[in-house]
Amino acid sequence: MLRELTLGQYYQTESRLHRLDPRVKLFGTIIFLISLFISQKPSCYVVATVFLICLIRLSNVPFGYMVRGMKAIVFIMMITVVFNLLFTPGETLVKLGVITITIQGLKNAIYTAIRLTYLILGSTLMTLTTTPNDLTDGLERGLGFLKIFKLPVHETATMMSIALRFIPILLEETDKIMKAQQARGADFESGGIIKRARAMVPLLVPLFVSAFRRANDLALAMEARCYNGGEGRTKMKPLVYKAWDKRAYVILIGYLVLVVLLGIFSPV
Amino acid sequence: MYIKRVMAIVETKDLSFDYIRRDDEGNVSSVNRALNDVDLSVEKGEFIAILGGNGSGKSTLAKHINAILYPTEGYVLVDGENTSDETKTLSIRQKAGMIFQNPDNQIIGSIVEEDVGFGPENIGMPTKEIWERVEEALKILGMWEYRKHSPMRLSGGQKQRVAIAGVVAMHPKCIIMDEPTAMLDPVGRKDVIRAARALNDVEQVTVILITHYMEEVVYADRVFVMEHGNIRMTGTPREIFSRVEELEELRLNVPQATRLAYELKKRGLSELPDGILTEKELVAELCRLYSTI
Repeated sequence: MLRELTLGQYYQTESRLHRLDPRVKLFGTIIFLISLFISQKPSCYVVATVFLICLIRLSNVPFGYMVRGMKAIVFIMMITVVFNLLFTPGETLVKLGVITITIQGLKNAIYTAIRLTYLILGSTLMTLTTTPNDLTDGLERGLGFLKIFKLPVHETATMMSIALRFIPILLEETDKIMKAQQARGADFESGGIIKRARAMVPLLVPLFVSAFRRANDLALAMEARCYNGGEGRTKMKPLVYKAWDKRAYVILIGYLVLVVLLGIFSPV
Repeated sequence: MYIKRVMAIVETKDLSFDYIRRDDEGNVSSVNRALNDVDLSVEKGEFIAILGGNGSGKSTLAKHINAILYPTEGYVLVDGENTSDETKTLSIRQKAGMIFQNPDNQIIGSIVEEDVGFGPENIGMPTKEIWERVEEALKILGMWEYRKHSPMRLSGGQKQRVAIAGVVAMHPKCIIMDEPTAMLDPVGRKDVIRAARALNDVEQVTVILITHYMEEVVYADRVFVMEHGNIRMTGTPREIFSRVEELEELRLNVPQATRLAYELKKRGLSELPDGILTEKELVAELCRLYSTI
């Protein structure tokens, strides 16, 4: 299940989107998410669809790979669709006993499904084309202005990148502990939800202990290598905008303006 | 062997350290003396080995040299700077780099080159110089071709070499290695020790190697043996290993060749010299003895 999730994973290949500055991609993702919620007019969705298809083609990430990642959230999507379908008041379309489906309900359900799908495709596209390190770098620089409000931007970004580095190590460790417990007769697979949840306790306790020990070691190692917080620190790979990044900003703003105008003036 | 005496890079005087355990109210519940009046002087360019069983205080000593722990009594000077002086902490940590036991827990970057650049980034070096240093360090450690790899995919010995490169990139005068080979397989162990010796020989970096593998001690210029926070024996490996019985009292094993020579001598081969360190030496000595018979 964890392995199937493509949300938040990086897909190694060469493309214009991969080379784009992470700040542009973060900004772009936010613009795209906003554009989805501006209006419910079909014309806006058409523009968003064209935009998304262009980006996916540009990213060189196989479409099938992206869709596979959607499987994990199909369940959540089904719930929202069903709720929208059944509980929206309006003109009746079909009536089956107690269940009434309205025209508005059907419309809402379709729009919500599209929105959710695009939302996830859009943000997946960003993480697929940006390495976790670039992403935290982009966040650190892009949100740097928050330092004025005494928010620990650098510290948060460092925490994120360290967490990302330790995910595979901790997964491996979980696997090891699980096997060790199974070898001594622990049963993680049978029984109901409650029984299975209780079986996780002997797994989580050693995992937490070892995670804390690792954290302690890592803090020591960082201090030994002169880590002293963000102040006075330089970057090995500083973020610099290139010509393409600036053009990308123009395209993004143009796209947002187009969607807003369509939302206001378009008849459909 | 030439004499490398120039000036002390690490010097401790009457160094004592207490681990203080406190209960929930903050009252001292127990005091555990980890180091007791340790006097130690390491010259520039030396290869030092510190031996000792579990709980002998060798790791505690190592952490003092890197200004991670501060002495309860006495002082530690690194290149003439007192570690208790907080304004000197960063400068000391840059001069005396530290390698830890677990390679996974000391690699910070998710790409090899980024990890090696972490130290230089911290001391605020210009970007161009960081890249030069990363290249230099990775080439010295023979990890240049792995610069784009994720540390996850490397073997234990390779990870440890990346960690050493990360310290080398800060141009330290001294590297303290706290059991760097304890979690490695024999091949990785050999790699790391070879790297440490090369650094000492070629780059003239002072190396302080803490270990409990006797084979790794053989190449050191001087050996310190620790027990219960005290330095019990000091000398060249040859001097130390000719005192087999004393070492056994401290529950330390001697290298196999030394052990064999010792047993042979005890059973009548009295012509064998003391303190044979390697298999090669033993074979040579035995051949010499038997050719004269």
